Amino acid sequence: MAPPPAPPQKSPSPSQPSGKSEVSDLKLQLRQLAGSRAPGADDSKRDLFKRVISYMTVGIDVSAAFSEMVMCSATSDIVLKKMCYLYVGNYARCHPDLALLTINFLQKDCHDEDPMIRGLALRSLCSLRVPNLVEYLVAPLGAGLKDGSSYVRMVAAVGVLKLYHISAATCLDSDFPAVLKSLMLTDPDAQVVANCLFVLQEIWNLEANKSEEASRERETLLSKKIVYYILNRIKEFNEWAQCLVLELVAKYIPSDTDDIFDIMNLLEDRLQHANGAVVLATIKVFLHLTMSMTDVHQQVYERIKAPLLTLVGSGSSEQSYAVLSHLHLLVMRAPMLFSSDYKHFYCQFSDPSYVKKLKLEMLTAIANESNTYEIVTELCEYAGNVDVPIARESIRAVGKIALQQYDVNAIVDRLLQFLEMEKDYVTAETLVLVKDLLRKYPQWSHDCIAVVGNISSKNVQEPKAKAALIWMLGEYSQDMPDAPYILESLIENWDEENAAEVRLHLLTAAMKCFFKRPPETQKALGAALAAGLADSHQDVHDRALFYYRLLQYDVSVAERVVNPPKQAVSVFADTQSSEIKDRIFDEFNSLSVVYQKPSYMFTDKEHREPFEFSEEIGNLSLGQEPVGNSPRYDESDKDLLLSTSEREENGGPSTNGPAASGYSAPTDYNSSLVSLSSQTQSETAISDPGMPKYTSQMTLAIDDLLGLSVSAAPAPPSLKLNPKAALDPGTFQRKWGQLAVSISQDCSVSPQGIAALTTPQALIRHMQANSIQCIASGGQSPNFKFFFFAQKLDGPPLFFLVECIVNTSSAKAQVKIKADDATASEAFFGLFQSALSKFGVL
Amino acid sequence: MISQFFVLSQRGDNIVFRDYRGEVPKGSAEIFFRKVKFWKEDEEEEAPPVFNVDGVNYIHVKVAGLFFVATTRVNISPSLVLELLQRIARVIKDYLGVLNEDSLRKNFVLVYELLDEVIDFGYPQTTSTEVLKSYIFNEPIEVDVARLPPLGPASMFMQGTKRMPGTAVTKSVVSTEPGGRKREEIFVDIIEKISVTFSSSGYILTSEIDGTIQMKSYLTGNPEIRLALNEDLSIGRGSASVYDYRSSSGGAVILDDCNFHESVRLDSFDVDRTLTLIPPDGEFAVMNYRMTQEFKPPFRVNALIEEAGQLKAEVIIKVRADFSASVTANTITIQMPVPTHTARWFCSFTSLVHFSLLCFLQVSFELESGAVGQTADFKEGAKRLEWCLKKAGFSSISFSFYCFFTFFVQIFNILLSISGSSWKNVLQIVGGSEHTLRAKLTFSQESHGRNIAREAGPVNMNFTIPMYNASKFQKGHDGKQSGTLNAIGQGWWVIDDLDRGSRSLAHLFRETRSRGERERERERNKNRRTPVRNGEEKET
Repeated sequence: MAPPPAPPQKSPSPSQPSGKSEVSDLKLQLRQLAGSRAPGADDSKRDLFKRVISYMTVGIDVSAAFSEMVMCSATSDIVLKKMCYLYVGNYARCHPDLALLTINFLQKDCHDEDPMIRGLALRSLCSLRVPNLVEYLVAPLGAGLKDGSSYVRMVAAVGVLKLYHISAATCLDSDFPAVLKSLMLTDPDAQVVANCLFVLQEIWNLEANKSEEASRERETLLSKKIVYYILNRIKEFNEWAQCLVLELVAKYIPSDTDDIFDIMNLLEDRLQHANGAVVLATIKVFLHLTMSMTDVHQQVYERIKAPLLTLVGSGSSEQSYAVLSHLHLLVMRAPMLFSSDYKHFYCQFSDPSYVKKLKLEMLTAIANESNTYEIVTELCEYAGNVDVPIARESIRAVGKIALQQYDVNAIVDRLLQFLEMEKDYVTAETLVLVKDLLRKYPQWSHDCIAVVGNISSKNVQEPKAKAALIWMLGEYSQDMPDAPYILESLIENWDEENAAEVRLHLLTAAMKCFFKRPPETQKALGAALAAGLADSHQDVHDRALFYYRLLQYDVSVAERVVNPPKQAVSVFADTQSSEIKDRIFDEFNSLSVVYQKPSYMFTDKEHREPFEFSEEIGNLSLGQEPVGNSPRYDESDKDLLLSTSEREENGGPSTNGPAASGYSAPTDYNSSLVSLSSQTQSETAISDPGMPKYTSQMTLAIDDLLGLSVSAAPAPPSLKLNPKAALDPGTFQRKWGQLAVSISQDCSVSPQGIAALTTPQALIRHMQANSIQCIASGGQSPNFKFFFFAQKLDGPPLFFLVECIVNTSSAKAQVKIKADDATASEAFFGLFQSALSKFGVL
Repeated sequence: MISQFFVLSQRGDNIVFRDYRGEVPKGSAEIFFRKVKFWKEDEEEEAPPVFNVDGVNYIHVKVAGLFFVATTRVNISPSLVLELLQRIARVIKDYLGVLNEDSLRKNFVLVYELLDEVIDFGYPQTTSTEVLKSYIFNEPIEVDVARLPPLGPASMFMQGTKRMPGTAVTKSVVSTEPGGRKREEIFVDIIEKISVTFSSSGYILTSEIDGTIQMKSYLTGNPEIRLALNEDLSIGRGSASVYDYRSSSGGAVILDDCNFHESVRLDSFDVDRTLTLIPPDGEFAVMNYRMTQEFKPPFRVNALIEEAGQLKAEVIIKVRADFSASVTANTITIQMPVPTHTARWFCSFTSLVHFSLLCFLQVSFELESGAVGQTADFKEGAKRLEWCLKKAGFSSISFSFYCFFTFFVQIFNILLSISGSSWKNVLQIVGGSEHTLRAKLTFSQESHGRNIAREAGPVNMNFTIPMYNASKFQKGHDGKQSGTLNAIGQGWWVIDDLDRGSRSLAHLFRETRSRGERERERERNKNRRTPVRNGEEKET
């Protein structure tokens, strides 16, 4: 585990020996015991094994004793066996040659009579993580999957995933995924089903980037058949498996509203579960299902409020933190809905500061006319809190509420009271806030300035607060008799001022003061400019020089530049874009919510869920199956919108045929288990020959599209789009700024398109299916705005960027395209147009 | 999915370390510990339970002073991992009887055995103590409970222990009694966290109860248990009227919301408010509930802080127990932060109750902060004090330093234990009694009169009230109960030698107003905040 010899600074204590002598001593003792059949041998072996494991835990390398450990492992004592398995699993990877020694006894144990030993041995065998031993895994795994004991099957299912991670090819060649799939649909043991499900999910997610078949397999996991089958068994699963299932269901795209309500009714009681993870996973399902139904979506918010608040109150503070983070997200999305629950977000004495911080933000967000007074009163209590960061945070919260324009009058009074508390950090925070307030409500300047003028600048040390104070001194110097003199004394101490921010403000303030009260300030300004010119900080120096030259040029111009009449700021910029917020909301019940960042900001590529891609595929398949094969299945709106040509092109007639015909009411699945399994087998049988056909159809479809739409343009026929194009918003923005518009055109939108555009998501999903990714979208009916991008499949990574504005009331769409390679933009426009036309736009 | 799981001691040693997927580079435990120990991001001094370092997500909970940590690289559900970690801690506790560093170190092989079954390749498999029993072969090595420092009030202040674990039963689920026969026992516990905020005039600003019905089962053979709650119990009220106290004048208990353990069946819940369940082995929460209905707080606390000269102030805290004298509250601690410049204090404690031990106590104590030598003395003197002193900030040389009144109570403790009394008695408050604590504070800096009140407080109070009312309780369930009920420990119940045919555990619920009528109740963690304000400082 850790570097072989323990670091020398570690003091040798009885529990943590560091030298090699202990290890060799252990080796010796183990060797003596290896062949012993004496009565007490197992007990002394246990002691020795324990010591080995404890060294391993603290990070001492005991791999030297590998062969001795293996020799001792020939035992019937299960405790010893387990310790040995643990040891072997830990060191096999670093010692592949020694690992070979273990294969023999592990394989033997795989055939043991006791299912427990079979399971344990199989688990350890798969955990060796040694690539060249893969050949020994296949047979025991195959047997394990068919084992009579559910424990062994459970272990074997996970074993398949372990094998996949060691050698993906071996795993797929042995056709294990197909076995898992049938096991998933037939096994009586819920944990086996759950294990099969997540193993398949992980394998197909990883494989989807490589093969068409895998991505199709992945989409079948999201098919109605499987989702309903699993949902009907949800009560059999333990709570952890339930979370997993619900995670899958959240990705499922319902076919119609009945579908949505069926699922929601089925899952309703999950909201009363004591396990917060289950409740949050259920909420995610609810929120995602109702995305397109505004009124139901709002009802969901009302419904989930009580369970979430209960979860916050029960459990440890860590658990309530996770729940509270999600509540925070919901509050930020719909503060109005929570405005009457503000008392739940009051901080409690024993809350840890990370919880308090969230609560403060929520209180700020939900403040409105009716509750501002109570909330601000509560927040003011926190200002004297012994926990200084929280005290600061609560003062900031008061300020933010003031900036939201509720009950400003009383709040300004409170803020000014804070200044009288004469605590450094309170004063500092309040000064920053008063500055912001004055920028927004200049009418309060009189009251504020009277109080601020009394503050001794010596008590203000924090750069931000000092800068704020200096700004106010400059801005309101006409109202503060002492202003020039305070500035003068500050300028005298120029050299002691470390923060460049403060020095910059000092320069500006001196200028402003000079314009208002020239005789008193002239000397100070001179000193400030001289000090600024000599300043080592580049910005300070430049600003001083600029002011100096400006004054030299013309004083009245300088005044117009430095101190023009100001307009009150109406809205302060929101730090997080709505795009990012939506992204986080899409990733509900994940770490993104806790970090308040979308996943691409904190996970590396290979561990990212390929979610865009999965949705695109899922959507496509959902569109085609019912249309082609299942007449008794209600066609969703979206299906109706697909043009006939797409039905012909994409409704792959046979690929999913048998499975699709199995659709029926959700309750049928349990009873028709047997028939389902046979269908699955036939399906897998068909899928292989079906594959090349499928791909050829895909390319054909694209070629066809080109021919259809770009009749006039001499399109390079080779333009294909990368279905997995990725671009982060920052790069998109930069590119958008750099590139020139290559095509700009207005189109008309068909009535069907308008009908489908109740939410932006509909179009986004559709475009994703055509390898055009959406990076940002927004707007309310009738105006929607989308930014798309696409990437050329072959050759250098060339991007196409699109801005598309759709007005549903006037039935017009405006498209602007920018491209890295302008010559290809015509061809891309053709693709884009045809994609739009299939949606009904144009 | 979870990549690694490990348990670290308070000093950062690996007690258990299991790598499930091999995705996270070595040294993650060290990275984690350093990050938590020296957390300095976002102005906060306390690391949040979830954070990310170089693409690795570290998710942890603190249980019994130990860090239970999981690492992962994927964007997993934080709630899932946190619940799982908490559950693992509880499963371990079920098996070891006691969960602390000592017991973990002694039983780490058993813990590895558990971890092997609980998580496979990063996916949670099962956390049911009962299911796990068939896979676990190690015998727990029991830790001598008597030698442990008592779980006194100090443990309540440890961060993250919002809910103190049941302390009375420290028996492993797999252990057998010395006689070889297993005792058929089930322990039911109601733990409530009461939060009440009083204004300076004594008016209740907010009140909320977060409660849990906790069970710890040692029953064999999976008997079905029925748990009858108050029949007039109702659940859910319009969110608009949550704080409308007028509507709650009737006797009914109205819960705002509740949730249940997965083993609970609610078939007859709507009819007669009965929960049916087959209790799984070990400790679990049957039901969590939350109510904002008005109730009479069991204690009244008045706190006053007055300036007494340039560098001095006096704090007076009065506690009145508003419940009947037949009931006694245990393990009471009251804490209140005092101004940061407090250099020394001198306190006295008066209780106006005629009770053998608490007739009239006047103890005084003086201590200088920053005097490192003295701190060390205290550490030697009593283990419990050590923690308190740490919390109180003695170890730091700066003057940012809060004194907790717990500390005072603990000092009485020590003094009294010298004179031969046990500390439990000292910390008791009998119903109807009133206690006053006066503390004289001396500041090292000149104080600004009006700020003292703002800097001090809020007052926080923790207590436990076990109610010994077994006879009345039994009457409540119509002779259906054939076993005997003994109250043991702190409000835990034992049902001994139950007739197998009709096991039912009936009428066990709280009723806020007529407390102690037919139910026993245990309350803990009262959390009361009294914004200490002087008269002239009232809201403008």
